[in-house]
Formats: sequence, C-alpha cells, structure tokens
Amino acid sequence: MKTIYILWLRELLRYKRSRVQIIASLGQPTLYLFALGFGLGPVFMKAGNGSYLQFMAPGIIAMTILFSSVFAGIGLLWDRQFGFLKETLVAPVPRIQIMIGKTLGGVTVAIIQGLLVLVVCLIAGFRPASWTALPVALFFMALVALVFGALGTAIGSTLQDMQGFQLVMNFLVMPLFFLSGALFPLTNLPKFMTFITRLDPLTYGVDGLRAAFLGLSHFGAITDAVALAAVALLFLMLGSYSFSKIQI
Amino acid sequence: MIDVTNLSKKFGENLAVNDVSFHVQKGEIFAFLGPNGAGKTTTIKMLTTLLTPTGGQIKVNGFDPLREKMQVRRQIGIVFQDPSLDGELTAFENLDLHGVLYHVPRKQRRERMEMVLKLFDLWERRGELVKKFSGGMKRRLEIARGLLHAPLILFLDEPTLGLDPQSRNQLWKQVKLLNESEGVTVFLTTHYMDEAERVAQRIAVIDHGKIIALGTPTELKEQTSTGSLEEAFLSLTGATIRDESATSVDQMRQFGKMWKR
Repeated sequence: MKTIYILWLRELLRYKRSRVQIIASLGQPTLYLFALGFGLGPVFMKAGNGSYLQFMAPGIIAMTILFSSVFAGIGLLWDRQFGFLKETLVAPVPRIQIMIGKTLGGVTVAIIQGLLVLVVCLIAGFRPASWTALPVALFFMALVALVFGALGTAIGSTLQDMQGFQLVMNFLVMPLFFLSGALFPLTNLPKFMTFITRLDPLTYGVDGLRAAFLGLSHFGAITDAVALAAVALLFLMLGSYSFSKIQI
Repeated sequence: MIDVTNLSKKFGENLAVNDVSFHVQKGEIFAFLGPNGAGKTTTIKMLTTLLTPTGGQIKVNGFDPLREKMQVRRQIGIVFQDPSLDGELTAFENLDLHGVLYHVPRKQRRERMEMVLKLFDLWERRGELVKKFSGGMKRRLEIARGLLHAPLILFLDEPTLGLDPQSRNQLWKQVKLLNESEGVTVFLTTHYMDEAERVAQRIAVIDHGKIIALGTPTELKEQTSTGSLEEAFLSLTGATIRDESATSVDQMRQFGKMWKR
C-alpha cells in the first residue's frame, strides 16, 4: 500500500512541478474547442442539432484525458531507458504494486487535466444541463483515464525508442479520438463508421460524459459504464502483463 | 557473502559471461576490472536479480537471486552505471521514496537520511531538485541512496564514469570509510586501474566473459611481472580497443541531452 502511495505521489509531484507542460497541454484542447466549436457551430445549428459547443465540449474533455493518460504511460519509456524505473524495479517490492502506483498517478493527473479543460469549456460558453451530474461526469472521467492509463502502461512497457512514439500517436491515439464521436453525432452514420465507432472505447467515454453533462446519450449511461469498465479490466491485465515482462 | 560457481550468460550466440566462479568475503572490497564489453555489467545484473543466468549457481548471503529475489534485494544496495535518480524530485524526496520502497520505518528513515546526506556532503542541498545537481553530486546522492537501507552488500557499477579526479577521489574515500565503519561488503566494477588498485582488496580481471586473473593488486603485478597494475592489465587483456555497438539506450541518451539542453 505504501509503495503504491509513494509512487502515486511522485507522479503528482512531477505534475505539479511542470507548470509549462500543464499550460502547453491545455493549448491543443483549447484550440479544438475554439476553432471547431465556433467554426462549425453555425453549420451544426443549421442542421438542426443545436449548439455545437455544447455537443463537443464533453468530447474535448474526453480527448484531454485520453492524451494525458496515454502520455503518462509513454513517460514510462523515458523512465525505463534512463533511469528511475530501474531504481523501483530492483527494490524489494512486487512489480504489480509499482505498476498500479504509476498508473494511478497518471490517471489522477489525467483527471485533473480533464477538470482544467472543463473550466476552459465553461469559459468558452459551455453550460451543463445540471450541476448535480458532476459526480457522474467525474466517474466517467476516471473510467476513461483508467482505460487509457492502463493502455499507456502497456505501450510504454513495450516501446523501445522514441520513434515508436510517433507511430502510437498517428496510428492509435489520433484515430481513437477522431473515431470516437467526440466531434460528430453517432446517429445516421454509414454502416462501417457505426461499426468502427463502436469498437473505439473512447466512444463510450464521450457518450457517458454527454449523458452526465447534457442528459443525452446514444447508448445509455449504464451501457457506457459497463463497456468502459470491461475494457479497463482488459487493459489493466494487458498493462500488468507487459510491465512484468520489462527487462533492464 | 557472494558465492558464484560456473556462472554463464548467453545472449543468442554471444557468450557474455563464460563459466565464471569467484567468492567474495564479508566486509571485503572486491573489484571486477575489465575493458568495455567484458561482461562486468551482465554479471552484476545476474547477482542483483535483474537477469536470469543461462547456467551456474549464485548465492548472495546464502540466498539464490533467481528463486529468492525479494530476500536478495532487501540485503543489497545498487548503484547503476546509468543514473537512476528522479531529476524532478529533490534529493530528500529521492531518498525518502527509496526508503519507502525498501520498507525502512519512518523514524529510522529520517535518521538514516540525515546520516547518509551528511556523510556525502549533500545535507545542505537536500531540498534542491536533483536535475540541478552536478554529475559528481548526483553520483554521491546515488551512493548515499544505495546505502540508505543499510544493505549488507553494496554493488557499484562503474560509479566514477565521467567524474573529475576530485569527485572520484572523494567518492572512494567515502566508500572506504563506510566499508570500515559499517562493515558493508562492496562489489565494484571499473575500468580504471588506479581505482581498483587503491580501493579494492582483491581484483578479478575479466575479459571476453572469462576471469583471467584473480588476486590482490600485488599478486596480479607479480603474476605478470609488471610494475604497475595498468601494465598488468594490458598484459592480461591485450592492447586491442573494444568497440561496443550503440544501442537504443545510447540513442535515447543523445536525445535526452538535446531535450535537456
């Protein structure tokens, strides 16, 4: 327990000390929110779908959590190649505890990032249907962070160098975001798109967040939660397996 | 303290460690001396539970690093060839984290932290971020950390690589002092002859994965009928230059340097 706690604390301390990074990582979601939210807003409105900003804000929050938690996992590559991970891996503690502590740290940081972007959304004009839904929204944010934090750990444990990072970015993280329904409604899509979006775990995260903030959802909050929890479990097993295989 | 019999490690076709046997006594300072790629680090990794040997037997204070990982880890302190500190944490936080990982109770942790920080002249700088430390300070902090949990054996893998003579001198003085005051057994690797001669009571010269000579510095010089250990070393291992191929780790390190200015 103490091992998990101290490694979790380390991630938070590092986050707190990287102010530049905090601001930099808020840049991208803010850009999406303003450029797309205001740029596509009129078209969306004309199509009779209401405010685009309202619609996409939960998607942008989900995106922030996705990026942040996957990056936390990739940070593992850094830690592993020079340095600090070795110190933890030769300590007389089970590896699974190290993996849990690190992953939970990344998850917590991702949730904080998500909350910061929520504030940005509110400033941009996003208005949740009701504030009582905030705990439900937090629950979904945590689930999304857990799913992708565990995935990040799995990736970070297997990647060999920084070149692999680009690969992950272009062929995994970006598609996960763009195919999740964060930017478009899931209704009336071509068949293959419906199929693909349903395979993307982030789809359920975005849908769950929309259910919490706006009261509208495609699958229903319960389905979303169950799907996310199942994927989280799967990825956690995958993550701890690949973490246990790390050779130094 | 350390018993190694017929230890081997194969990476594919390459025999990195080839049928090595030696014995390190309690309280001894024992050095592995050899050129690059001789198998020093591979041996240390096997002794410290990080690599599985292909063949042979290891006992570290009576425990098998393969089957009794946790027992072995509790008794040893390790300073790696590459730095393994967290630069974004302070010296104090790095040590505290280490203490927690090694199950040192809180009160004792504080006392030991103060002790090792003072011993390695880092007490005044304990609240500073490690990334602002010089190379010598980082090394000292790593050794201080390796000793925090009062290990029975301290493993030092080329601890003075890249340090200036002043830092090297000071570092060895402190290691010797600890060896005498706490009775900690020290197993070190180096390719600096003068260091091995100065610090170690016994030296094993290793090359191409095999121990080619073992004894006190005086014995080694007599055996090769040379005047200095450097000559003895060259006469034992030959004068050809060893090139190690660059790995992804080296590339990462380059990349890291670019990032951190």
